[in-house]
Amino acid sequence: MANKVEENSLLTTAELEQYYREMLFIRHFEEKCNVAYRQGKAGGYMHVYIGMEALAVAFINSIRKGHDYVITAYRDHAHALMLGTDPVAVMAEIMGRSAGTAGGKGGSMHIYDPKNGFYGGWGIVGGHIPLGAGLAFAAKYRGEDRVTLNFMGDGASNQGVVFETLNMSGLWDLPCLYIVENNEFAMGTRLEYHAADMELWKRGQAFGIRSERIDGMDIIELKKNAQEAIDYVRNEGKPMWLEIMTYRFAGHGAADNDRQLYRTKEEEQKNFERDPVKRLATYLIENKIATVEKLDAIDADTHEQVERIYELADASPFPNKDEVYHNIYSDMTPEVGH
Amino acid sequence: MATSTSHELTFRDAIQKSLYEEMDKNADVFLIGEDIGRYEGTFKVTKGFFPKYGHRRVVDAPITEAGFAGIATGAAMAGLRPVVEFMTMSFSILALDQIINHSAKVHYMTNGEVKCPIVFRGPGGAAKQLSAQHSHSMEGWYAHVPGLKVICPATPADAYGLLKTAIADDNPVIFYENPGLYGVKGLVPDDPNYMVPLGKAQILREGKDISLIGYSRMTQVNLAAAELLAKDGIDAEVVDVRSLLPLDTETIYASVRKTHRAVVVYEDWRSGGFGAEIVSRIQEDCFDSLDAPVGRVGGLNVPMPYARVLELECIPDENDVVAMVRKLDF
Repeated sequence: MANKVEENSLLTTAELEQYYREMLFIRHFEEKCNVAYRQGKAGGYMHVYIGMEALAVAFINSIRKGHDYVITAYRDHAHALMLGTDPVAVMAEIMGRSAGTAGGKGGSMHIYDPKNGFYGGWGIVGGHIPLGAGLAFAAKYRGEDRVTLNFMGDGASNQGVVFETLNMSGLWDLPCLYIVENNEFAMGTRLEYHAADMELWKRGQAFGIRSERIDGMDIIELKKNAQEAIDYVRNEGKPMWLEIMTYRFAGHGAADNDRQLYRTKEEEQKNFERDPVKRLATYLIENKIATVEKLDAIDADTHEQVERIYELADASPFPNKDEVYHNIYSDMTPEVGH
Repeated sequence: MATSTSHELTFRDAIQKSLYEEMDKNADVFLIGEDIGRYEGTFKVTKGFFPKYGHRRVVDAPITEAGFAGIATGAAMAGLRPVVEFMTMSFSILALDQIINHSAKVHYMTNGEVKCPIVFRGPGGAAKQLSAQHSHSMEGWYAHVPGLKVICPATPADAYGLLKTAIADDNPVIFYENPGLYGVKGLVPDDPNYMVPLGKAQILREGKDISLIGYSRMTQVNLAAAELLAKDGIDAEVVDVRSLLPLDTETIYASVRKTHRAVVVYEDWRSGGFGAEIVSRIQEDCFDSLDAPVGRVGGLNVPMPYARVLELECIPDENDVVAMVRKLDF
């Protein structure tokens, strides 16, 4: 029988532990990505999800994995991991190896795993939002009950094509859940310098779309809200627009090494207190759902897991040079040579 | 089995017939674009579709080219076969990010895991006095992009057969219809399974003295130029390129190696237009076969003006082609 705490949260002990494990796994994975970048094993643009883990964990645990569609921008490792993509393939892609999710052609920003419902992994801010609506369009066209999770950052919410897409979503009742991961920064531009109205949640309302703002740091609350939103989209067959309040603990990307250009250390410290991992740990201990030892064991365990993933990925080969021509088209290879 | 009967149709009606048949054949095919349903399309290509298929399969999109090009791309990623109409290819400029940076990249960036079977079609090039913003030739811009296929038919039969192949293709295809062709008539096979392969040029008129190489409406111009040249005893061969990407250099080169002279004709701005690419390849690969420099006739490098007399000045015609042939030492 569930205890009182569980009744309040509607989550079982097993679920709470699972989310704790998943958030920590993402965090360790992302920390290891930073290591890979510093070692020169990862290159290009790389963006980690540290501080925002609760979002991917809450939302992706609320869908039917493999049935529903998920699409996001370039801060995409966590979404793939949560959908069940082989973490070695994700790490190998970040390292540009042929065992990667896209054979080393995409890199950190372009992780895909359509078999698990993951459609990327896109690099143009806001550019993938109509694609997500298109996935939802296809589900509706075929009379399927699939929901599409369409993630974006607060910076993307200003792009023209996002408004175009919201209009069509409202007009055509596309079963798409828009999730603005408001981490307060569009690269190095703070929300107050990029948004005329900082209440981004209102933006869906102009198109007759149910719109809400919710917290993204308390996974217990977030999980409940995520499930409600997904059920609404699925059952009503309508879009929804959510602004989730979170904070980007890391820089914009791996190459952002001077965060003080746009925010103070004091501000960071204050926001680090909102850490969703620490917050859940405190909750679990205070409510005697888990012991410190248990949580430490999960930490060590996920850490060790990530170390093994890294070693396996790092041991995998780079692509052969002739692979450069593969898969530009489904049925032909273009002419070769410079 | 292919039937041997055929009927005369306009270029417009050939496209329409092709769309009807493909929509009847495959429930995953749907149309999306501005004013294509209730209004029947600006050039009336989709006349009659809305009453037959309804709003589910003939989607009137708001005037948001990037948005609906992207939604159609996403639908294609999920396995549908959208046929997107741009009211004019000039408006596709608003959707370039979705076409170039999304549609064209899906297959490569997923290493073949996700296909993107989509057709972007519509009138491209000058219609009649639509002036600077509605007269762009966009085909060269698209033919520059790996991941896209670019088809530019010149005859009703090809419009019919190539569109069918484009819709069946698992890659993004730009299907370019010069508005000056919509009224052109020609024989179209009565075979709903008639398909013309993408990436094959054709010889529309055989000749031994010079190769006139073009695509889309300029192929019709080249046929007219060949008639004029014939009166002067010059026997021109007309090569209809049909597909810019992939480009059938084999057929083009075979013609040039036979005639030893070539003029490439295109409506796009002369500077940097796709014809320049064809010229470059001929001189790279057929240099030893050439008896003269490769001639080039392109649109004037000016924004398209409104006044008919100025507009006609910009677009190559058969006299421009003949003049270039003369210049090549005949």
